[in-house]
Amino acid sequence: MDTDFYLSTIWSVLKALPLTLEIWFFGVAIGLFLACCLTWMRASGFKLGSLFAQAYVFVFRGSPLLVQIYLIYFGLSQFDFVRNSPIIWPVLRDPMYCTIMAMAMNTAAYSSEIFRGALRAVPAGPIEAAKAFGMPALTRFRLIILPMALRLALPAYSTEIILMTKATALASVVTIMEMMGVAQKIQHDTFRPIEVLTCAGLIYLALNFSIARLFVMVEYLLSPHLRPALEQSQQIKPVPEVL
Amino acid sequence: MEYFNYLLDQISITYNLLASGWGLQLIWGIGWTLAVTAVSMLIGAVFGTLVAAAKLSGRGPLKFVGEAYTTVFRGEPELLIIYLFYYGGTQLLTGAARSTDTIGSTDVLNMPSFLGGVLAVGIISGAYQAEVYRGSFLAIMRGELEAARAYGMSAFTRLRLVIVPQVLRLAVPGLGNVWQLTIKDSALISVTGVVELMLSANKAARSTHHSLLFYALAGALYLVMTSISTPIFNKAERYTSRSFVRPK
Repeated sequence: MDTDFYLSTIWSVLKALPLTLEIWFFGVAIGLFLACCLTWMRASGFKLGSLFAQAYVFVFRGSPLLVQIYLIYFGLSQFDFVRNSPIIWPVLRDPMYCTIMAMAMNTAAYSSEIFRGALRAVPAGPIEAAKAFGMPALTRFRLIILPMALRLALPAYSTEIILMTKATALASVVTIMEMMGVAQKIQHDTFRPIEVLTCAGLIYLALNFSIARLFVMVEYLLSPHLRPALEQSQQIKPVPEVL
Repeated sequence: MEYFNYLLDQISITYNLLASGWGLQLIWGIGWTLAVTAVSMLIGAVFGTLVAAAKLSGRGPLKFVGEAYTTVFRGEPELLIIYLFYYGGTQLLTGAARSTDTIGSTDVLNMPSFLGGVLAVGIISGAYQAEVYRGSFLAIMRGELEAARAYGMSAFTRLRLVIVPQVLRLAVPGLGNVWQLTIKDSALISVTGVVELMLSANKAARSTHHSLLFYALAGALYLVMTSISTPIFNKAERYTSRSFVRPK
């Protein structure tokens, strides 16, 4: 066992963790924003918006993320007006922006479906009750629909976030030296792919595990009503069935 | 009118590019993508069944191995797994060949890229399939298993007549999802040099400098493949559950 080699590999890969997290964070954050827009379009009942959202979801869920990254990074730069534009070119020239953009647009499609499902799964009773109380639409959304939909969406959304962590590895194919890119470089330098990739794999696993734990925690915080009942002594005694 | 001429130009450029051989290459690419996906699904079915059985066995070490398999292969980036199988396979093969003096001490024995890629994608697909099979098994009515046991059916007969037909029926929708996932994962094995759809589009884009056209075409072809499989799986679902008509 070559402990020094493992430790130095893990250390070099870990040094690229901030970059991976950067791609991940911005991809997920922008994706979340886009997903909310899409969900709103779909739910608004506005025919054209709904149609656009449906087409968007169909396109971005149906093709691999790698194609989307290539399309944005290599494909768009084919146009002269893109290369000559002082605003667009600095953005599209940078593989980092392109990857983040592709990831955000990809995750937006999957997330908007999750959110749509969650909105539809909110039971009608509470909404009707809120309407009967005369709540305005915005208050109804803020106090009744959103909290319930959030709880319903969380498990599926956490899966989507973990898929995004895995997707950050694709940034390495467009020359970004995030964790996968660094691991590949070390592997090419040392010709010991099994050891190097195992080290990188352990870090990815730890990262995903922590993200999953984080989401379990948020889920726990958001669902106090589903926790196991208090201890016997603190419980209110049930009414005896004498009637 | 000017715009119309521009459009006509573009169409004729596209047609000439595709007719000059790149179109045929893309079609071959589709064939390879489908082959990779199909073989990966089969490999995944073998691993998935074994892992699902291990996870359901309830015995300590076996269950642990099953859990570890699904956690690791669903938690790691697909690209990493593919590199691990391709470059790791090369490392192992080279080491073995050098130690037996089949090749010189400086030569390298490469992992066949199709085999490496298909194994990697298949094993990832297996992790997802295992969850599908496990879920379907848990959805079989307990009573039927107990009845089969009460009749004195042997474990193998029970498997053949009660478990497998029902698991297959219940697994069809889940397998449809895994199939779509595997098609998309198969694009990643272009990094090992298998000339499937992604790599053939890549080659065309690099040599003709019409990258937008070829990547968009590749994207559209993936879209066609994934959307064609949806009605096929729907039909399979209707076929396999034809004896379970829901009350209307």
